Amino acid sequence: MSANPVRIFVPVDAAALSVGAEAVAQAIASEATKRGLSVEIVRNGSRGMLWLEPLVEVETAEGRIAYGPVAAKDVPSLFDADFASGGAHPLRLGKTEELDWMKRQQRLTFERVGVIDPLSIADYRAYGGFKGLEKALSLTGGEIVDAVKASGLRGRGGAGFPTGIKWKTVHDASATQKYIVCNADEGDSGTFADRMLFEGDPYLVIEGMTIAAIAVGATRGYIYLRSEYPHAHRTLQRAILKAEAAGLIGASVLGSQHAFHLEVRLGAGAYICGEETSLLESLEGKRAVVRAKPPLPALQGLFGKPTVVNNVLSFAAVPWIMDHGAQAYADCGMGRSRGTLPIQLGGNVRRGGLVELAFGISLREIIEDMGGGTLSGRPIRAVQVGGPLGAYLTAGQLDVQMDYEALAAMRAMLGHGGIVVFDDSVDMARQARFAMEFCAKESCGKCTPCRIGATRGVEVMDRIIAGTEVPENIAVLRDLSKLMIDASLCAMGGLTPMPVLSALDHFPEDFDRPPLPLAAE
Amino acid sequence: MAGYPAWDQDSARMIVAGLAHLEGATLPMLHALQDEFGYVDPQAVPLIAEALNLSRAEVHGAISFYHDFKTAPQPARIVKLCRAEACQALGCESVVDDLARTHGIAVDDHHAGDAIVETVYCLGNCALGPSALVDGELIGRVDAARIAGLCQHGRAHS
Repeated sequence: MSANPVRIFVPVDAAALSVGAEAVAQAIASEATKRGLSVEIVRNGSRGMLWLEPLVEVETAEGRIAYGPVAAKDVPSLFDADFASGGAHPLRLGKTEELDWMKRQQRLTFERVGVIDPLSIADYRAYGGFKGLEKALSLTGGEIVDAVKASGLRGRGGAGFPTGIKWKTVHDASATQKYIVCNADEGDSGTFADRMLFEGDPYLVIEGMTIAAIAVGATRGYIYLRSEYPHAHRTLQRAILKAEAAGLIGASVLGSQHAFHLEVRLGAGAYICGEETSLLESLEGKRAVVRAKPPLPALQGLFGKPTVVNNVLSFAAVPWIMDHGAQAYADCGMGRSRGTLPIQLGGNVRRGGLVELAFGISLREIIEDMGGGTLSGRPIRAVQVGGPLGAYLTAGQLDVQMDYEALAAMRAMLGHGGIVVFDDSVDMARQARFAMEFCAKESCGKCTPCRIGATRGVEVMDRIIAGTEVPENIAVLRDLSKLMIDASLCAMGGLTPMPVLSALDHFPEDFDRPPLPLAAE
Repeated sequence: MAGYPAWDQDSARMIVAGLAHLEGATLPMLHALQDEFGYVDPQAVPLIAEALNLSRAEVHGAISFYHDFKTAPQPARIVKLCRAEACQALGCESVVDDLARTHGIAVDDHHAGDAIVETVYCLGNCALGPSALVDGELIGRVDAARIAGLCQHGRAHS
């Protein structure tokens, strides 16, 4: 091997692997061997341009050059075109940083994802990692909490609660043991930012949780990860071991007097565990039944101890805030939504992926300009924002800005930042039925409005779809929805009516169905 | 894929004992047992209850709450097909219909023999759906023929 092998980046992100990145990496390795070329294949995270996966990049004197989507069979022709020096080829996209999708973004949280080797601590450090933690170690817990408050960071899991206020509560509580819990039960359909972050830059979340631990005086932390993410699980486990070995976490954080022990725990296929109190029950080894609040988890959380429970993206924003200052973060965004939001664009869309931008971009810009409309080429009919509990919007409502308050004003929600696009073949009565069915399957069963209401909701929707006494059944559906909203214990039952009612209000024609002919089934 | 060994109460006991030091050890134990044997036999209930000083009802309650934990041996090949909204937008329900019509495979049919296609909700591959998870590998842009092939492949190797 020569002294300077060419560095070639092939993502190890699960989405890239799902369309053949492993075969591409192997083909590049064997083709290079065959041709006697010295290459170093780096398995990076995904840049978030998922329609271009597998996206292969080569490091050249003028920067990283992207090729994609690359199939294993394209590899010999890429070598023929001298792609290792950035040579011309039909799959050549240009310099990665200058691609329109990348240029339009403001990547704070995702700045390293796709750039570095996810498990290399040296890479992480070289790209600014641990600066936030080093800063935090020079401050008191109260000063860290004040910085997070001043940044305006709000919980990225969906509820949008100010992170600094939560931390302050835990900071001020006195207890023999406090915990930091990362909610990585990213169960909302249409969301994958947490997964991409774990697979592409796992040390960032570890750093964010460690800063939280120092701020509030916690010594133990858990990442509760959904079992549907085996790739993220492997990466996180290895990252934690490496971080411990390097003295970043463990008995002494970077040589300080602070101890922080971190563990990943796997969920077991229960959507409700994204709700923080049921997540805590699950971590304690119990049925994940929602707890009544109060007491707040900040005061009586895991094993009854004061606990910070935050989303992956909330913890991940903290190192940047500590490093660059609260004001720099607060300078992004609009109104009461400060900073950046990692938006995930999926469903029936031509160019889907991850976009990190300051709050305030319109849905239309994301879906039409960046996403390029539907994959099927048919007109957009509906867009669901914020996961299975989020509202369905019409193609006419897409000028709304991505911001907690702007969406709430139109009875929608931002949630975890997922956008799912549907074309005109969608049947919105079926989508409303699915929302109820999902709630019936995933309800923890503690409160009646959710447990029974969702099952009744499926039955009512079945009657509407069959065209049976439609106006009367729509009245029942509205009444049932109101009850679920008003009387459910948590967001599962309380928000399930949001997709249902938005479908009914915005797409009434899909609910106005003639009776099915009796002989049909 | 490798088959699982038959349930063995002694090795189950060792797995449980090895994890008893963890805080809230029930789920780690259940995952470890299922990783080893492919399911969690009801005989695990008293083992875990004793190790963690819980009632059998509490342990049984935990097992029965979570979709992941199976209490009987599973088919050699499990294909998890995402049927959540983002995959619906890309036609996962047509895949389900096509599997039944063209390939004679009923999704979530637990009497199907040595391969099963199971419903899951979201695999985090929402821009490249419909998606499936097979033996820990994520597959994007799947269709019914690919899934049927995966089921056949499972049969050939079981």
